[in-house]
Amino acid sequence: MHWIIIPVILPAMLAPIIGFVMRWDMPLARTASVAGTVALVAVALGLTALAAGGETHVYRLGDWPAPFGIVLVLDRLSALMVLLTAVLALIVLIHAIATGWDARGRHFHALFQFQLMGICGAFLTGDVFNLFVFFEVLLIASYGLMIHSGGRDRMRAGLQYVVMNLAGSTLFLFALGTLYASTGTLNIADLAAKLPDMPAEEAALVRVAAMLLMIVFAVKAALFPVQFWLPETYANAPAPVAALFAIMTKVGAYAIIRIHTVAFGPGVPGTEGLAGSWLFPAAIVTIAVGAFGVLGARRLMPLIAFSAIGSMGTLLVAVAAFSPDATTAALYYMVHSTFAAACLFLVADLVVSRRSDDTLAAAPATAQNGLFAALFFAAAIAMAGMPPLSGFLGKLLVLDALRAPETLAWAWSAVLIGSLLTIVGFARAGSTLFWKSTAIPVPASQPDAAPFPNARATEIAPVMAGLATLFALAVFAGPLAAYLEATSAQIFDRAGYVAAVLEAGEED
Amino acid sequence: MEIIVSSTVGILTAGGVYLLLRLRTFPVILGITLMSYAVNVFLFASGRLAIDQSPILSTYGEASYSDPLPQALVLTAIVISFGMTAVLVMIGLGAFLEAGNDRIDISPDDAGEDAPN
Amino acid sequence: MSDGGHFLFLIALLPFIGALVPGVMIRAGRTSCATFTAVPTALALVMLMILAPDVLRGEVITAEVEWLPQLGLSASFFLDGLGLLFAAMILGVGLLITLYARFYLSGEDPMGQFYTYLLLFQGAMLGIVISDNILLLLIFWELTSLSSFLLIGYWKHLPEGRQGARMALAVTGAGGLAMIGGMLILGSIAGSYNLTDILQAGDEIRASEWYLPALILILIGAFAKSAQFPFHFWLPHAMAAPTPVSAYLHSATMVKAGVFLMARMWPVLSGTDAWFYIVATTGLVTMVLGALIALFKDDLKALLAFSTVSHLGLMTMLLGFGTEAAAVAAVFHIINHLTFKASLFMTAGIVDHEAHTRDIKRLGGLRHLMPVTFVIGTIGALSMAGIPLFNGFLSKELMLEEASHTGWAGSPYAVPVLATLGALLSVAYSFRFVGHVFLGPVRDDYPHKPHDPPFGMWAAPALLALLVVLIGVMPFLAEGIVTAAANAVTGGDLHPHLKIWHGVTPALWMSIIAVAGGAVLLMAHRPLDRAWIATPRPEAKVVFDSLVAGAAGLSRRVTEATHTGAISRYLAIFVVASVALGAVAFSGSGLGAPTRDLLPVPPVIAVGWLMLVVATVSVVVMHHHRFRALVLIGIIGLSISAGFVYLSAPDLALTQISVETVTIMLLLLALHFLPKVTPRESPVALKLRDGLIGLAAGAGVGGLAYAFLVRDVDTISDYHIANSYEGGGGTNVVNVILVDFRGYDTYGEIIVLGIAGFIIYALMYALLEGPAARRLINADYARDRSRDRHPLMMVVVTRVLMPIAFVVGIYIFLRGHNQPGGGFVAGLVIAIALLMQYMASGFAWTQARKRIEYHTMIGVGVVVAGLTGVGAWLAGQPFLTSAYTYVHLPPIEEFELATAMLFDLGVFLTVLGAVMLMLYSLSRIARFAGETVNVTPMDYDPAEQAAPEEDGS
Repeated sequence: MHWIIIPVILPAMLAPIIGFVMRWDMPLARTASVAGTVALVAVALGLTALAAGGETHVYRLGDWPAPFGIVLVLDRLSALMVLLTAVLALIVLIHAIATGWDARGRHFHALFQFQLMGICGAFLTGDVFNLFVFFEVLLIASYGLMIHSGGRDRMRAGLQYVVMNLAGSTLFLFALGTLYASTGTLNIADLAAKLPDMPAEEAALVRVAAMLLMIVFAVKAALFPVQFWLPETYANAPAPVAALFAIMTKVGAYAIIRIHTVAFGPGVPGTEGLAGSWLFPAAIVTIAVGAFGVLGARRLMPLIAFSAIGSMGTLLVAVAAFSPDATTAALYYMVHSTFAAACLFLVADLVVSRRSDDTLAAAPATAQNGLFAALFFAAAIAMAGMPPLSGFLGKLLVLDALRAPETLAWAWSAVLIGSLLTIVGFARAGSTLFWKSTAIPVPASQPDAAPFPNARATEIAPVMAGLATLFALAVFAGPLAAYLEATSAQIFDRAGYVAAVLEAGEED
Repeated sequence: MEIIVSSTVGILTAGGVYLLLRLRTFPVILGITLMSYAVNVFLFASGRLAIDQSPILSTYGEASYSDPLPQALVLTAIVISFGMTAVLVMIGLGAFLEAGNDRIDISPDDAGEDAPN
Repeated sequence: MSDGGHFLFLIALLPFIGALVPGVMIRAGRTSCATFTAVPTALALVMLMILAPDVLRGEVITAEVEWLPQLGLSASFFLDGLGLLFAAMILGVGLLITLYARFYLSGEDPMGQFYTYLLLFQGAMLGIVISDNILLLLIFWELTSLSSFLLIGYWKHLPEGRQGARMALAVTGAGGLAMIGGMLILGSIAGSYNLTDILQAGDEIRASEWYLPALILILIGAFAKSAQFPFHFWLPHAMAAPTPVSAYLHSATMVKAGVFLMARMWPVLSGTDAWFYIVATTGLVTMVLGALIALFKDDLKALLAFSTVSHLGLMTMLLGFGTEAAAVAAVFHIINHLTFKASLFMTAGIVDHEAHTRDIKRLGGLRHLMPVTFVIGTIGALSMAGIPLFNGFLSKELMLEEASHTGWAGSPYAVPVLATLGALLSVAYSFRFVGHVFLGPVRDDYPHKPHDPPFGMWAAPALLALLVVLIGVMPFLAEGIVTAAANAVTGGDLHPHLKIWHGVTPALWMSIIAVAGGAVLLMAHRPLDRAWIATPRPEAKVVFDSLVAGAAGLSRRVTEATHTGAISRYLAIFVVASVALGAVAFSGSGLGAPTRDLLPVPPVIAVGWLMLVVATVSVVVMHHHRFRALVLIGIIGLSISAGFVYLSAPDLALTQISVETVTIMLLLLALHFLPKVTPRESPVALKLRDGLIGLAAGAGVGGLAYAFLVRDVDTISDYHIANSYEGGGGTNVVNVILVDFRGYDTYGEIIVLGIAGFIIYALMYALLEGPAARRLINADYARDRSRDRHPLMMVVVTRVLMPIAFVVGIYIFLRGHNQPGGGFVAGLVIAIALLMQYMASGFAWTQARKRIEYHTMIGVGVVVAGLTGVGAWLAGQPFLTSAYTYVHLPPIEEFELATAMLFDLGVFLTVLGAVMLMLYSLSRIARFAGETVNVTPMDYDPAEQAAPEEDGS
């Protein structure tokens, strides 16, 4: 049963080949990259089907038993995340190729594949230090993609992004050191098995480790007060990369769900409730930060970046409850917001690439103004959580899950007011970009308002695909939610996880 | 010895953080280097300290060994941070060449814009 | 699902499917576009009519499909009297509007778009009135807000359109969000989101402590939608939309959604004081206020808009009364208002369309020029005024009747008097509509000579006017539907009798007063108008705009004050947060007693420690001199590796030293392009702050380290020591862990190196091809070049060292599995040897002697490592499972071959390749920057006495 490791090996093997064999032949590199990503989607589908059975599959690397060797763990959650990554990657990749972004610098496809390898590895591993390693893989690949094609602002923003994450990685290591020093193990299941026995009054070190880990993940998930890096980065990254980064924030959310539910979650006297008590208020503020950013934005790309921050806030508010229902809602919202953010960035790319810049000022309408307006409208609806796209259902699920009296007031007002500000912000931006622009006469200097050729079908297709996905998420919300319910049930079944991992391969 | 090691970690971290918060790329790189030293020692220390107990299996009978796992982790960490530093240095160089200065903070750009009406 | 349920689904779906039609059919011409748009509406209407008889008989038609059971959201519809009434209105008027718009829209207007939006709205609105699930209702509710946003902004080039659209979206959107909250609460009280269940749970809900919050939130939604005070202001600005839209959304249907919802929830929410005082009062105030403003509006559409506000207030008030009779009146007035107001809007549209103005002050005397329009408009206006024999009269009588015996806070007069006043004002503006537009002398200064429009344009309003008269003369015609709807609202079993003559009742007197007073008021309109204009009033739009602008400005200030792009601040926040939260977490629990006694500190270690401390402090102090700082960093690294040696970590020491060296070399090379000094620019306060943060962080981690250093814990690594030799075939446990137990980590780690190589290579090109290139060329880097860059001694030494280094490297590589060493260190050692060659003899000379291409090296390395892992599959083992054997070939003593070594080879290649690629990139940049290179091994070649030949690149 080697399928579990394919999502890591496939891109890991493909990338260097693209990197050093095909680096002078763009068509070949593109073909290989797309083929690899399609294959990844196929494998991810297979793995999801496999995980849907409800069994937790364990892959013992080097055939060493957990916790002594590293194991990959495939359960519903990790399968879902891998599938999400693969589908998103395919959409983004096609956009990058269609718009020619990939040709504006060296090694795009190699780095892209490495990026996928890192993300999939992070989702599949069952070992905290290995999680660190794959965080580094996906980070360094993202550094490369972030500064792809260079440019002054991008380089400076990229530098900040790197520095911020290096600081985060250092903290990650401090946390892991503390964790090993206090528990003597690195395997998530082993932690889940050992921690409950630790007396609550001697858990200081473990608590520190748990808290530091949460901050590390919070940096990835752009949670207040460590979200500051995100707007600058996303706004200056190549648009397809920004779209792909929609999954990067989810890596942080995933890690919080995985580690702080399975290892430090309910049932651990020392750390129970520790993460939630800080995650909840932070997430509330994050929603506010996002909403203010959207309403106050001067430029389109930062606006979208802030809306992404807001969506992370909504997602983490649900996570903070650390209850199966809320987690179900959080997972649904996670899938939704990933595609919503990606769609927005891709649409924005189509628009901005046809304007002088992305400032929210009326400029002569570009060709296909109506089409772009429609696409932007749809994507914005999704992000702002309006029907008929999945955002609305996601919002309802989150609100419904946070009905408990102690959370209701804060969570509901934050989410609802937040989405009002977001709606107003998007409405202002959209009406300026697409409506007001029609009133601006084309300056005589450039008689034709569209220096750009009309967008080809291949340029529109990825956005369409993304929007179609969002619509499908809404239409088939029932079956999806059923899967997610089973998923969160599996997450909260710590005993099952521990047994599956620690006893894996003992029969043979 | 324990005090020596933990104080080393502390001092390196303190210096590293201070440099990390400077306004130019180069000191920040130095700061990150110091911090990675610190965290490597820290991680190594998580296996507790031992003298003359290298985890090289001795062929003659029983012997006690220092905890090898943290050492392996630190090796991995060192290599990774080497790669990271290299990339950081190059991006820092790139940013300097593109921008003409090696300031690390970006002053907010004041882009003109209309009120949407 | 009951039979007919299928029809219900189709009815709900048809508009949405139909919405695809116009966009396509517009290619076939405007008329066919309009015709095909009418088809789905007509179809839906027919189906509705098929269902109508059963519904009128009191039957309820339902249809349900599961959607999101986890949430309690299902796609369930039900059609009762109320739903039937509204559905019929929506579809019927929809048809008329489709016809009307065909003639109203001009050639430039994109008609396909218009009809698409229109159908989207129709579908959403229809959904509201027939959903049986309040979450589903919410979805349609928000959809109406969105589609009205699109329709109001239809003329996107007009600022009024854009502003009106945004305002409507903001207000109704906000209301919708509030209602989400209310509905969720309602659902959790009733334990179900199904309307039918909720309607059963009335007592339970009214008794719940959450009743009031739910009520208020839901009412905010309803009031915002139905333009009730204080949310009334958005409706007039929505009039920027094309008139068909105003007639359809903003008088006939959408604005009644709020009224509909209150009627829907009537059995559940009404009957309490809270309900009465909030709803009835709001309605009353809105009615009077709307009517008053309407009287002084000169824009025809604005007049009608405010009169709509006023009449919506009337309905709201009636529902607020909470009596069954009042409910009947409300339902009846919904019908009547629809008929006369829609026809009036279309009339106004015709006038605007023909006379090219809607300004009453510029109109008058049109009855001679457009007689047909005059008749239609007059019928509508008289009905709006509540003149007998027109349907408006009937429902107004009922309203006044109810008002006449409704007390408010103990006073029996408040409601009747205000109600009469409202009626009076509405008489006044209705008369004004007729008097100042159609009557009076014909003028010669119309912007455009008006005449009656083509039949197609006045057909729709004419039909409605006909209904006005029919119902007005023969009220019993409407009895069936009114009864059905009223029963649906009240849940009772009423049999109202709608008749014109109720005998001499207080209501009759009140309406006589109203009519007379209204007429008088109109006489005095001119002076009153002047007075009105003179009196200062808060302009709702101004308030709203400044509110939004204020919010936006505030958000911008907050955002830009916090997200300044100053990474140093972000990092400071990050560090502080980590330290603080770490401390909090720590303080939340305790530690066990120390179990380890401290190890002794030999003097040499103490000295080393002191050196390290001094070096660190000096780096911090004199980091401005970058070279010095680098040297100091080197010292620190060395002392650390010394420490590793002492603390039984030979591998660490080895790696630390070699990485150290390479890193410093790279930093030196990079520093060649960077400024050599860091300017002193941060103020003392900042330095102090950062110093404190640093100390806090240091204390934190130091303390943490000490805390666990003095306490034991049993770890998993005993297993590794135990199995290293048998399982992993190596005695160097650390190396076995690296390449076997945790080989997967190492795999990731070399991937990181490989990526680093790729990035640096890509970056180099980005720089050489980007604007940075110019700066490179212009900057004169030759300044700091020593005359003898390649001293003889160094060249000779490095040449000698080269082979030795290779041997050492290979040795380290081979022994790695059993003794300190391994692929990584070996790679670095050889890399260092090569680096020294480059330093000694310059890039070009060495490059010329380079055999392998670095990319290939990285690629091969990564692939080899990967393949080694995959190779295990052949043996049916998981990824990276290693196998080993002992080979004995004389004269060498027996040695071991493990697949792990192949893996290590991958590591070796990747490391070497990555490092060299970095160097290669740097030197490429250097040469680009005008650095000259020499092809001879030395600047001064002793072989020939010639001057150093230098070929610029």
